[in-house]
Amino acid sequence: MRLKILNGCEASAEGAISAGCAFYAGYPITPQNRFPEYMSERMEQDGGVFIQAESETSSINMLFGAAAAGFRCMTSSSSPGISLMQEGISYLAGCELPAVIVNMARGGPGLGDVTPSQSDYFQSTRGGGHGDYRTIVLAPWSCQEIHDHTYLAFDLADKYRNPVLVLGDGLLAQMYETVRPKAKKKRFPKKPWALDGCSGRKPNSLKSLFLTPGVLEAHNWKLASKWARIEKREIRCESYYCRNSNYIVVSFGTCARIAKEAVERARQEGADIGLFRPVTLWPFPYAQLAECLKNAKKVLVVEMSLGQMIDDVYLAARNSDARIFFYGRPGGGVPDPDEIYREIKKK
Amino acid sequence: MKAIYQRPESLTTDTSIYCPGCGHGVIQKLIAEVIDELGVRERAIGIAPVGCAVLSYNYFNFDVTEAAHGRAPAVATAIKRLLPSRIVFTYQGDGDLAAIGTAEIIHAAARGENFSVFFINNAVYGMTKGQMAPTTLTGQKTTTTVSGRNPQVHGFPIRVCELLSSLDGVTYLERATTSDIPGIIATKKAIKKAILWQMQQKGMSFVEILASCPTNWKKNPSDSLKWMKETMERYYPVKVFKDPGNIL
Ligand SMILES: Cc1ncc(C[n+]2csc(CCOP(=O)(O)OP(=O)(O)O)c2C)c(N)n1
Ligand code: SF4
Ligand SMILES: [Mg+2]
Repeated sequence: MRLKILNGCEASAEGAISAGCAFYAGYPITPQNRFPEYMSERMEQDGGVFIQAESETSSINMLFGAAAAGFRCMTSSSSPGISLMQEGISYLAGCELPAVIVNMARGGPGLGDVTPSQSDYFQSTRGGGHGDYRTIVLAPWSCQEIHDHTYLAFDLADKYRNPVLVLGDGLLAQMYETVRPKAKKKRFPKKPWALDGCSGRKPNSLKSLFLTPGVLEAHNWKLASKWARIEKREIRCESYYCRNSNYIVVSFGTCARIAKEAVERARQEGADIGLFRPVTLWPFPYAQLAECLKNAKKVLVVEMSLGQMIDDVYLAARNSDARIFFYGRPGGGVPDPDEIYREIKKK
Repeated sequence: MKAIYQRPESLTTDTSIYCPGCGHGVIQKLIAEVIDELGVRERAIGIAPVGCAVLSYNYFNFDVTEAAHGRAPAVATAIKRLLPSRIVFTYQGDGDLAAIGTAEIIHAAARGENFSVFFINNAVYGMTKGQMAPTTLTGQKTTTTVSGRNPQVHGFPIRVCELLSSLDGVTYLERATTSDIPGIIATKKAIKKAILWQMQQKGMSFVEILASCPTNWKKNPSDSLKWMKETMERYYPVKVFKDPGNIL
């Protein structure tokens, strides 16, 4: 496939189309308005269904219907809209329905602002809605990666019958880079559980309601074993110069890309420093990070928030002697490499 | 021997949890009969509400999914758009459709989504044990309007058909009642027409069906039917609001 110049929204949308997405529903919200605009055109060209929904609540419930009917489906939004979707995501998880949700996160709480933020980490990785559930969370740092991650998200969603989140931010949504689009997927997994009319088979039903005593608990145990399988198989992370380094910077998404520049600079000046970057935020690469921290004396966690992923770093570092420091910019603040470099030097 | 009456194939043999005299059982049987008569059971997809009819997937013998409270029209929108040859309907109570799900029904109607809606108005929140519904009548006592609904305090009851009648996306719109045999026969006709119009790709077909909830009305089943006739049907007149032509 030929290279294209795309922003993060367009790159993600193209990833979805390559993955065979047949249904998109969304509601405009900055910084990802380009997403529904682009999708409206592309779905028409591609023979898929595009609906501008009346709200994010409706978008996510349309996804419920599309997934129930056995089709690959997605929505995109930004933080306040994703908050509105949480009930629906919980239903998707409870009914074991595959769907892809892209969050181009922005500053909060409340209406916040429209600039990039990573303050939806807790919401993304801890379920977000009600009930004991998890969603797989992929955190890309470039336009190529959000393209690839979106494509992958559809496969993971189908494989585990679970909603998958792609967590970008306003920076990724609006920056343009070259992207090599993936070829269009041709073969898809069968969905014998889907609702498409009971011709030649027994009726199917989808539900998350289990009133008989013990049945809901059993359903939760079944879901738990699925999530255990995901934790075993789907962890993704990257480390740069982490082997035996005594100073490790931990960061994800676009913030990790910025931090990488600061780490490179510190290394050029002779610092013994590496960067660890979780790519799946759930499942979190606890063991992989713990391995990197074996010889570490210092850890600097850098986030575009008041510190949310740092909780997972503490969990990963529970057997480590390293001292853990934090540098964060909440409310839409974006650090530049100099700033992180100075912070590295200070600690 | 010739069978003159039997359980429709579109109903399972499960025992429903509905109370004696409840309107839901009657209406679901009518829907099942219509689906049998039209021969579309293997193409039917129902969307159950959150409310007393939440367990519909146990009672209908075809594909049925649950939906979050009030969101059935959004779920149905996607299913019907992706599977246009299937017969898709939502089955929703008054709390589900006219309170928490108001936005979803209005916008699905405005878009002219080509599915059928069966809206069961029993003027109360049945499942949560009798609180005020958006359709609770003025003066009606519920567990959250213990002295009776007072419009100055609780607002006015919503007439959903009248509200939807201004939307061009709704092509077939009727209010029917289950308070007596002629009403039940007319209700069945309305359900049939709704599905037939859906098969003609005409846009949303919507039937409001007045139903009894003796348990939460604190009335016996026969007094409930009387109350429907004398009180409910006065505020919610049985009426065909829109019918594009003769389809039966
Ligand atoms: C988000 C949410 N809010 C509240 C409820 C609780 N709830 C369940 S059923 C119901 C009311 C149902 O009333 P109606 O739609 O009139 O149906 P009926 O039982 O009368 O047939 C409510 C409020 C819920 N399940 N989900
Ligand atoms: S509470 Fe009312 S609506 Fe619910 S099953 Fe009983 S009679 Fe029917
Ligand atoms: Mg009701």
